[in-house]
Amino acid sequence: MERPILQAVNITKVFPGVRALDGVSIDVYPGRVHAVVGENGAGKSTLMNILAGVLKPDSGQIYIDGQPVCFSSPKDAQQAGIAIIFQELSVIDVLSVAENIYLGREPLKAVGLIDRDKLNSMAASILARLDPGIKPDELVGNLRVAQQQIVEIARALSINARVIIMDEPTSALTAQETRALFDLIYDLKRQGVAVIYITHRMEELQELADDITVLRDGKRVATGPASEFTIQKLIQLMIGRDVEDSFKFVSRATKKLIFTAKNINLRDPQRHYKKIVDDVSFEVHEGEVLGVFGLLGARRTELLETIFGLHPRFGSGDLCINGRWFFPRCPREAIEAGLALAPEDRKGAGLVLEMSVCENTTLAVLDQFTRIGLINRRAEGEVTMGFVKRMGIKTPSIYQKVRNLSGGTQQKVVLAKWLSTKPKVLLLDEPTRGIDVNARREIYQLIGEFAASGMGIVLVSSDLPEVMVLSDRIMVMCEGRKTAEFSACEATAEKIMEAALP
Amino acid sequence: MSRSGIKNIAKRSRSLGDHRNLRSWGVLLVMIIALSLLSDRFLTLPNIKNILLQISVTLCLSVGMTLVILSGGIDLSVGAILALGGAIAAGLLKTGLDIPGTDLHMQVTVSGAILAALLVGTICGWINGITITRLQLPPFIATLAMLSIARGLTMLWTKGFPITALGPEFGYIGTGTPLGIPMPVWISLIIASVFHVIVTRTPFGRYIYAVGGNERAAVLTGLNVERIKLCVYLIAGVLSGVAGLIVTARLDAADPNAGLGYELDSIAAVVIGGTSLSGGRGSVLGTVLGCLIIGVLNSGLFLLNVSPFWQQVIKGVVILVAVALDRWGSRRA
Repeated sequence: MERPILQAVNITKVFPGVRALDGVSIDVYPGRVHAVVGENGAGKSTLMNILAGVLKPDSGQIYIDGQPVCFSSPKDAQQAGIAIIFQELSVIDVLSVAENIYLGREPLKAVGLIDRDKLNSMAASILARLDPGIKPDELVGNLRVAQQQIVEIARALSINARVIIMDEPTSALTAQETRALFDLIYDLKRQGVAVIYITHRMEELQELADDITVLRDGKRVATGPASEFTIQKLIQLMIGRDVEDSFKFVSRATKKLIFTAKNINLRDPQRHYKKIVDDVSFEVHEGEVLGVFGLLGARRTELLETIFGLHPRFGSGDLCINGRWFFPRCPREAIEAGLALAPEDRKGAGLVLEMSVCENTTLAVLDQFTRIGLINRRAEGEVTMGFVKRMGIKTPSIYQKVRNLSGGTQQKVVLAKWLSTKPKVLLLDEPTRGIDVNARREIYQLIGEFAASGMGIVLVSSDLPEVMVLSDRIMVMCEGRKTAEFSACEATAEKIMEAALP
Repeated sequence: MSRSGIKNIAKRSRSLGDHRNLRSWGVLLVMIIALSLLSDRFLTLPNIKNILLQISVTLCLSVGMTLVILSGGIDLSVGAILALGGAIAAGLLKTGLDIPGTDLHMQVTVSGAILAALLVGTICGWINGITITRLQLPPFIATLAMLSIARGLTMLWTKGFPITALGPEFGYIGTGTPLGIPMPVWISLIIASVFHVIVTRTPFGRYIYAVGGNERAAVLTGLNVERIKLCVYLIAGVLSGVAGLIVTARLDAADPNAGLGYELDSIAAVVIGGTSLSGGRGSVLGTVLGCLIIGVLNSGLFLLNVSPFWQQVIKGVVILVAVALDRWGSRRA
């Protein structure tokens, strides 16, 4: 085998209270995809940030082409040929594609002004290798996420990066876009670029990875050619114990109707004749999980938002819980009617990160803990403590800020907040996005328990296996319309995908 | 076991408001020790009373400002509302009110004048709240406009001249000393205590943190975000009216230029007290500390015969240091 282009040896990094990386080594070879896998908190991001010069290791050494190097900033790493593409893309919406690619390195004319023609032609020649459909003078804000990602890759190529780090690049892409990205990665490989690829999705590894390194709790637990690993073995290495093949879900569905949504519509605020959500109707029974599947742009989130009263002006329809018809004009009305929504964007919409576990849990029902105008903190603490125990919320204290908790724990706090309102119907939007394998299983367990307690559950997810495992019935959406509905036994992956494609 | 767990929790139970005050207390303590070593007049009862008196007006404004900033907003109009409230109270007290369209002339009592000032503050604050929530204007712009409007109305009402000689009964608000403590100190400390409790212990207080911390999450949780914001600006307006009464009564005159630049002083006090300008983090207690730090600094520099011009420079440096410490602290946390 060739000499590694990038080597990190015995990297250790300690944050206050956590040993994020403990003597981790990794060898990256040119023209190969090296996948780094591990649960959340395993140390993947820390390692990548060290390789990209964002963080400095406490000890350990990085070598490039066998030469020891020391990065004091991302710029140093870039000059050494290492580029990183973060999960949260760092393109600037209001600048053009070419301006983004050459940001900080614009070609100048003699008088110091930007040479726009040269800039655009340079960008065009790089984009030609990736996606000729993207115009250099287009504003990045007008591009789809997948195209914005290509702009970032173009930026990496423009600095002649020989190692490109990609942090969960497919998390916001559709199946076709993922396909295109993979083709692009094969191209990069042929050009001798090394790719470090971080993902949660096991099926991507089989297809893409040449080498795999598994991290757990800041330590490297395994490394080697991808052919040495099976998915079963990887999962076992990641969580450190055996798990049964898949989650066994017990149906709790009854015949008693609890929730009806009829003719839900959402008009486009700009173009009123256009419908974002187009006449969707469905029913949920007590104890039933209705899975809602669709690709990106299927408008599942908008459907839930409309039901939850977030689009009072442009949304319409009829809802019924336990025989009472209504249509909420704001979330408060929806909550009073017995609805609850755990939103897709946990940090941006589900929680107040500066507040504690306790304060988040009781936020929707504070009035219940109020005597003569003052909050009874003891009662509030007791109730929160009950949720912490019942749901296995892993927090050192109920007064811990939720900002400091892991994704899975945060999601449980969101669920605790809604359980405290005693909802009859729980709307879950991508409840396991960005959550590690272990926490995911716990969330599944909880969904089962909620259903067992008689709640009706609407589960929106882009993870097909998840929908198929958890749901009693599956509704498929495409471009704002309901395209199919299956019972759990008649649903197959092929049928569902067929209904989800435009 | 669960019992003892809960007891443990209750003991460690802190509100959102209490964090990180330790550093500000430290700064204050160091300043007090240093100044009492440098000047033997510093740590005397009259001087302490004087410091509390000096900061009372800023404290009233800053408490309201704290609520506004916690909710993620800003209020630039407090100084102008202060002047308008004071001027209207003074004018009514002095000359009464001609009821338009009739020959009737209405005399106004002291309590009537006080109510009028509070009403003016309420109305201005309400308008701020409405323009921000209903018209969706950025708080900076809405309250900047209110600053101009209120200052202009003050000039119109007073015709640009101070209204003086308001009588001892009204003056008691500014110069009275029940139990040996000046009225403005009583008023400002009572306001600070009441709002400390409101912010840390009531649902309304917690909703302010929620709105400032993550407005979208607050909406999705079913909070009435508009009403919370409206209340916050309304409170800031009322407290500006209170501050206007104090200023006017202390000077026995309503100066149309009263309160000029006070909005910046109160923002400074809030920020020195550790409240984050981006909302959702901070406390009323911190603001009290912020006001004390500014008051102690001014008093100390005055006692040390430092020129008032230098005092301004030093105040600016203190703001920078305080916020830098705050940033540094939150980055490590």
